Amino acid sequence: METLTIKEKVAKKEIPTTPVSVSGSVAVLEAFIAEGVETIFGYPGGAIMPIYDALYDYSEKLQHILVRHEQGAIHAAQGYARTSGNVGVVFATSGPSATNLVTGLADAMIDSTPVVCITGQVFAHLLGTDAFQETDVINITTPITKWNYQVTDATEIPSVLAKAFYIAKSGRPGPVLIDITKNAQLQQFAYDGYKKCDHIRSYRPKPIVRKKYVEEAARLINAAEKPFVIFGQGVILGNAEKEFLKFIEKSGIPAAWTILGMSAIPTDHPLGVGMLGMHGNYGPNVLTNECDVLIAVGMRFDDRVTGRLDKYAKQAKVIHLDIDPSEIDKNVKSTVPVWGDCKETLPLLTELVEQKLYPQWLQRFKDFQQQEDEKVIHEELNPTTDILTMGEVIKELNELTKGDAIIVTDVGQHQMVACRYAKFNTTKSNITSGGLGTMGYALPAAIGAAYGDPTRTTIAIIGDGGFQMTLQELGTIMQFKPNVKIIILNNQFLGMVRQWQQLFHEKRYSFVDITSPDFVQVAKGFHIPGKSVSKREDVKNSLKEMLDNDGSFLLEIMVGKENNVFPMVPQGRGVAEIILCKEDL
Amino acid sequence: MTKQEYTITVYTENQIGLLNRIAIIFSRRKINIESLNTSPSEVESVHRFTIVINETEDVVRKLCRQIEKQVEVLKAYYNTQEEIVWQELALYKVPTDIIAEEVKVERLLREYGAKAIVIRKDYTVFEVTGHREETDNLIKVLEPYGLIEFVRSARVAIIKDSDGFHEKLKEFENREPGEDASENEFLNENEKVFSM
Repeated sequence: METLTIKEKVAKKEIPTTPVSVSGSVAVLEAFIAEGVETIFGYPGGAIMPIYDALYDYSEKLQHILVRHEQGAIHAAQGYARTSGNVGVVFATSGPSATNLVTGLADAMIDSTPVVCITGQVFAHLLGTDAFQETDVINITTPITKWNYQVTDATEIPSVLAKAFYIAKSGRPGPVLIDITKNAQLQQFAYDGYKKCDHIRSYRPKPIVRKKYVEEAARLINAAEKPFVIFGQGVILGNAEKEFLKFIEKSGIPAAWTILGMSAIPTDHPLGVGMLGMHGNYGPNVLTNECDVLIAVGMRFDDRVTGRLDKYAKQAKVIHLDIDPSEIDKNVKSTVPVWGDCKETLPLLTELVEQKLYPQWLQRFKDFQQQEDEKVIHEELNPTTDILTMGEVIKELNELTKGDAIIVTDVGQHQMVACRYAKFNTTKSNITSGGLGTMGYALPAAIGAAYGDPTRTTIAIIGDGGFQMTLQELGTIMQFKPNVKIIILNNQFLGMVRQWQQLFHEKRYSFVDITSPDFVQVAKGFHIPGKSVSKREDVKNSLKEMLDNDGSFLLEIMVGKENNVFPMVPQGRGVAEIILCKEDL
Repeated sequence: MTKQEYTITVYTENQIGLLNRIAIIFSRRKINIESLNTSPSEVESVHRFTIVINETEDVVRKLCRQIEKQVEVLKAYYNTQEEIVWQELALYKVPTDIIAEEVKVERLLREYGAKAIVIRKDYTVFEVTGHREETDNLIKVLEPYGLIEFVRSARVAIIKDSDGFHEKLKEFENREPGEDASENEFLNENEKVFSM
């Protein structure tokens, strides 16, 4: 036996590295395998048929999930990327299939999600002739991709795909689209293996860490009396959760998360003071304008976080840690910019900051929390009327999941409520469309999220409006059986728009009254069990039934029609002008 | 901050589609490009864009950072007029008979440094290389005499303080780049023209 293995090893070594002839399509799939891709979300069609033909022989190595719409494919790939930390991969054909990816690409771009999309394209000799299903995908997607490239010759495929994966996942991640003409997919060429890319001369994924700035930042922090940390998804994308915890635990600085930074630290961490932004918590918003040093980690000062910029943290010295130099000073001028990957910069900073506690300062956050509890949270979680609130559903869900589930939310009131009240113990648990605000994101993203981390329960929380935008993906669940629990919080309105119309447009409810089908019957049509409840006493049991069900389950919960999400930083106001109820407006 | 003319110099890979990628950084922000030129650079295989816009320094700095963020862009620099040597080239087509009778060709040639590059019976084409004001002035002179066609090239510019890109490219080609390769982090520090 021993000699045999040795022989084999020798034999392996001796295999000449002479190129073998393969098709461009096979080269694509070989690239996927070399990059560790296991799951592809896609939809076949004319211009990508050679790749699908090659995929037929790879079904043991690569799992392909046939979605019902290409938008579903890319959102699924995003969900997959967000829970697994790996690159999500999409196949789509040319023309309408490629244009259906646009929303997802824009979403992945603004939320820095690593995705590689392969689109088929018409034969190279037909480019520009208005051929059947030809569209200029490269130019359509240029502003919404980190990088895109059209391949017309198969010999380019290995190196282009290597670049695609490297660009998608390195530095600040983002979507990459590779458009491959049909002739290149079919073309046989001399393939001499796949080499991963680790350097592109014109591309600097990580800025060099400048110790000078880290030292300056530490000096500011050590001299601060009321320092405040705000953090975003950069902590999660940089795999820097531990480094971040060490930093706040040593420095003793209270920390608030953006919607995408949420779950990077456990939501019940003693230094975690809540969510920032338009519907974030009271304390973090108000005290942004009271802190003396504001330390922003892996976040980009979105307008939904800052409110009116000329009233944002004007009193504070700002330290901004970010991997993307173009984010520094983009919206908020920093006193000390700390360029770099926060996985590298945070430990350097932690080493230099003094071990401290800020009990009085932390108490300020608690005082605001108490006011918010009294005026908003208590009633939302323990309503005194018969009308169900979204908040109490999330509260019951927390008790059942104990904060261990992946929660995927759509866009609107339910998203804000879920993110305000959901408990998370582990990172990569809160999956939502933050930057683009894509209604219809949650159902397909939850499918991808379930594949990205099958060890955990995936719960999609969706509004009645958003669900109707991508509900065809119930077909994907029916066919491939990812375990996705679906909660529809149905308020029979496009709730967030209705809330704005109520508060800012004299209650002129213009086209927000949306009629829904019988969602349980719809689910039944897809062989997914379901239930609809509208009474408080049924909520807990039906949530339990949903979670205990072996496989996917749809639970519709009828909630108050005209409930509002508070607190709120009204548009055009500063963060400190956050209101707790509509009477404060 | 007041708006003024800035010349942006971008060193890039020579890649199809990159012009669009760079142009939409401006159009997305509703910023008008006054002039745009692409050409080879002092380094083989590296392309050079020269873009002129009228904006505040703050905006120009942000634009440069967005440009540098593009995968195929090596470096973006921005400079005020004083920091560069620049030229534009203009061509004027005028009726030969009028020019011969009304304005002395010789005077034009002398005063504007014009060069007659084509002289035909029906028309003459003059070429002037210079700054915007110079080429603009000649339009005014020729207009009354039936200027048939006018065209001006995009600006080309040399940065006074630049040492060229040869040495910098070596930095970029290293896997572990030196400090020179990541200047975009120092867009705030106005030490030298090059440091942005």
